[in-house]
Amino acid sequence: MKRFKTILHGLIVPVILLVIWEACARAGLVSEVVLPAPSAVALKWWQSLLPAQPFDPAAGTYLAWAFSGELLHDAYASMFRVLVGFAIGAGLALPAGLLMGANPRIYDLFNPLVQVLRPIPPIAYIPLAILWFGLGNPPSFFLISLGAFFPVLMNTIAGVRHVDGIYLRAARNLGVKPLTMFTRVILPAATPYILTGMRIGIGTAFIVVIVSEMIAVNDGLGFRILEAREFMWSDKIIAGMITIGLLGLALDVAMNTLNNYLLRWHRGLEH
Amino acid sequence: MSSQIIVTGVNKVFRTPEKDVVALKDINITIEPGQFVCLLGPSGCGKSTLLNAVAGFSLPSSGTITASGVPVTGPGPERGMVFQEYALFPWMTVAQNIAFGLEVKGLGKAEIAAKVDSLLDTLSLKDFRNRYPKDLSGGMRQRVAIARVLALDSPIMLMDEPFGALDALTRRNLQDELLRIWKAFGKTILFVTHSIEESIYLADRIVVMTYRPGTIKRDQWVDIPRPRDPADPAFNELKRELGRLVMEEQQRHAADELKLAAVD
Ligand SMILES: Nc1ncnc2c1ncn2[C@@H]1O[C@H](COP(=O)(O)OP(=O)(O)OP(=O)(O)O)[C@@H](O)[C@H]1O
Ligand SMILES: [Mg+2]
Repeated sequence: MKRFKTILHGLIVPVILLVIWEACARAGLVSEVVLPAPSAVALKWWQSLLPAQPFDPAAGTYLAWAFSGELLHDAYASMFRVLVGFAIGAGLALPAGLLMGANPRIYDLFNPLVQVLRPIPPIAYIPLAILWFGLGNPPSFFLISLGAFFPVLMNTIAGVRHVDGIYLRAARNLGVKPLTMFTRVILPAATPYILTGMRIGIGTAFIVVIVSEMIAVNDGLGFRILEAREFMWSDKIIAGMITIGLLGLALDVAMNTLNNYLLRWHRGLEH
Repeated sequence: MSSQIIVTGVNKVFRTPEKDVVALKDINITIEPGQFVCLLGPSGCGKSTLLNAVAGFSLPSSGTITASGVPVTGPGPERGMVFQEYALFPWMTVAQNIAFGLEVKGLGKAEIAAKVDSLLDTLSLKDFRNRYPKDLSGGMRQRVAIARVLALDSPIMLMDEPFGALDALTRRNLQDELLRIWKAFGKTILFVTHSIEESIYLADRIVVMTYRPGTIKRDQWVDIPRPRDPADPAFNELKRELGRLVMEEQQRHAADELKLAAVD
């Protein structure tokens, strides 16, 4: 009941805004190209969610048909790029960060390079990415992995360096050898930092995927909203933006769930 | 294996940018197997420094320490340590914390499970086996820390103010538990405290230390039969005597602090 009230409470402002927006659009106060009515956006969103063709058993299974809508295809394409790019970026950053965090020599060797490269926004790599990788998915993967790489790297280094000395001493007292120390003590002790890095990393990856789709590929949500602009289909642009927002939210919820599960031992997470 | 600790001519100097701090000066003690020895002294007199030297975390600047006949060159599971800050691994459950040292030793799964079960029993932790440390009270955490060290089967137990952060009742409870374990397992225990009462309640022998440089001021045997009663006249007599000794050192410590404050 309380929960229901909170939800109702949260709906007040959005509903009022939607009503005003709809009224303005219907009264013709703004042009349809500048700001289409929310109902038109919703309709467009629904249409692009559904399959474009009627079901034809000869063309494929029912499931394949049900997911053949343009929106789902684009959402899948974007999500695929984010996940592959993130997996590459975080997959490289994690071991690199562990090494740099644990070994001062390696840290001193690579830190200057990292400090110089880190502030360059991934988007600034677009021209190079196209020169190096041409068109299609590879430049997107490259840019997204760059976006995920540095946040994961920096946080992993910090996590390893901030492991409380008391854990190391307790472990040495138990007779723990270096490899076990790394996998069973340093790595778990650093997970809060590492997960923070991953969360920032996937956020960056999500920004970069939309931009990268505007340059080198011909599907994905970023591509779709740019394409819609050429035809001045603002309802489609907004419908695409809303989908991007929903996907971003889904990623965040997924990361949060993973976070809560992996850090169930952590002090700061009591509910 | 004999679990004797021999400290011979140990000095420890901490070099800091301002000055050198002589934390330990010419310490000589022999602790026989099965003895319960308390290190007593005011804050900063070098109790932890000496304990850490025996544990092998921070070796002496000069002099030697042997434990069970072997020179101490680093930390090891034959000298199990219980820290004041508990130092449990927060990402492991109670049972996993206790099992960790056994896994490191390379014991088999069944053997580990049996041992963990019996230790959970010994320390009344059965109902908490799958909890994480964050969900335990301070007293419970220290029980887990003791179980973790007992799991190692180390003949020597080193304890640095293990009950310092606990309330009086929990503290007495754990002291009794510790005495029971000490008798049952026949450990040699070196126990740091700055509570005079705690030292008299627990120890066979109390080593009182001086403040800067850390030397041995008094090596005092406690002949009061156990269980000891803090209301007992002999207990109080000793308490007064030790209180006088510690107070002298405490005053030098306070004078030092004042000097430091004046410099600032
Ligand atoms: N790493 C260090 N560097 C410099 N000085 C140190 C260091 N560790 C300890 N000291 C100094 O050595 C002296 C002894 O310290 P120690 O921690 O052994 O005292 P303690 O008797 O355990 O005190 P407490 O009851 O506060 O724990 C103190 O004066 C302290 O300032
Ligand atoms: Mg101390």
